[in-house]
Amino acid sequence: MRFPQALIPGPLRRPPAPGEKAPGDGAGAIERAKEAPADVVGWVDERTGATGFLTGMLYRKVPKGTNWFYTLGSATLFAFVIQAVTGVFLAMYYTPSPTEAYDSVTHLTNDVFLGEFVRGMHKWGATVMIILIFLHMGRTFFFGAYKYPRELNWVIGVTLLILTLIMGLTGYLLPFDQRSYWATVVANNITAAGPVVGPYLADFLRAGPEVGATTIQRFYAIHMLLVPGLIIALIGAHLYLVVKLGTTAPPWLRAESKPKSLRRQQV
Amino acid sequence: MAEDADNKREDGSPLKPDPPGYFEGESMTRRRAFSVATQALGGVAGLAVVLPAVGFALAPVVDEEEAIWQPVGDVGDFDSETYKPVIITQVEDIGETGKGTAYVRRGSPELDESPDEFIAVSNRCAHAGCPTRFVEAAGNFICPCHGGVYDFQGKVTGGPPVRPLDRFQTRVEDGQVVLGPRYSVTSQLDPVRTRDPGEFTGGIWNYIYPERPSVPPPP
Repeated sequence: MRFPQALIPGPLRRPPAPGEKAPGDGAGAIERAKEAPADVVGWVDERTGATGFLTGMLYRKVPKGTNWFYTLGSATLFAFVIQAVTGVFLAMYYTPSPTEAYDSVTHLTNDVFLGEFVRGMHKWGATVMIILIFLHMGRTFFFGAYKYPRELNWVIGVTLLILTLIMGLTGYLLPFDQRSYWATVVANNITAAGPVVGPYLADFLRAGPEVGATTIQRFYAIHMLLVPGLIIALIGAHLYLVVKLGTTAPPWLRAESKPKSLRRQQV
Repeated sequence: MAEDADNKREDGSPLKPDPPGYFEGESMTRRRAFSVATQALGGVAGLAVVLPAVGFALAPVVDEEEAIWQPVGDVGDFDSETYKPVIITQVEDIGETGKGTAYVRRGSPELDESPDEFIAVSNRCAHAGCPTRFVEAAGNFICPCHGGVYDFQGKVTGGPPVRPLDRFQTRVEDGQVVLGPRYSVTSQLDPVRTRDPGEFTGGIWNYIYPERPSVPPPP
């Protein structure tokens, strides 16, 4: 597959070999234009092998009995994408400083065009994502889809759940109103009450012995840089294993038993 | 030409390492030496990035917070019979949320305290960190959240709190009572390093909740 000749400037085109027709001969500009999209796809595919990968991923076989419960994982992924996109736009107006955070959130909510809507999507999307994760987890558990050879994917999934809960904890502080401030104080106190490592862990989380000026910046960095990066990486690993191992049939479908016919033959 | 002769056998064929990969006097093949050197370099480069980053994140754990000392009133304002609430700044630069209440009184000889010292009790409940209030009629501190009750000295007399109310270091400067950093106390009112609410003090608990370098040492 060649790069569409019509898109290459004349001087750069390969001159036709002796006895060969010049490219595009016998076809009008319209015909060549119609071929252009297919040519572009082919050009990319020849250099990346993307079609082989995408067909393997998107057209993989699924077992009989696959139903709507199997969409909960995709729904969670979609919720995460919504959080990432709305989060990027919220970050354009948000100021992670103890003196300006609340005012920037108020400004974002009340003054910015559709700001309330985007913030609402982020706020309610967070709740929806947690609910979807637990439903997805329940589906995996009750369908026995965590068993061999998918144990590692269960472990990755639990890590993703914990990371999402960390997102919930760190994001809660960011509006910096009374509720979020004191919720964070309590969360840190609970962390600090853990034996031996608790006090140090709490100091690490709030950047010192009290929730203070740098706590909000620390939570912001964890919320929008550290944990999302980890989540994206782990979602990649999670999906790779799903594609590689395939999905399980629901438990109420029994495998068609071959031994029965064997017995009949023996009789 | 003489070097060429050294690199060849008597029959002219090139010299082969024996055992394979090892020339005479070598303890390691060339390939392995390069592999080890590259991995060591990569390790050094990785540490050069990771160590400062981890240090950044962990610094507040080992960094001692600078103590805030602030005057709260004249010496004559306080007596040993009752507490007087004062507003103090506990965390700087975060506005009203960084402020808290301390209850201050003069030491009472009846309670084996020196009348020259001043007792400053934190209002933060030792259970979950809610604000307690000194109820003058009952002579004790009561927490509105979960019913914690403390006596006049701040010792627990009822409810879920795990240790007495925290205290602030005090000193007198120019006739003013000055409040310093907060510290926690055991059930016998012995000072220990500052704890968060919900953490026991004394005995084995001093090992389960080890001392943090981020808070100043107790008086």
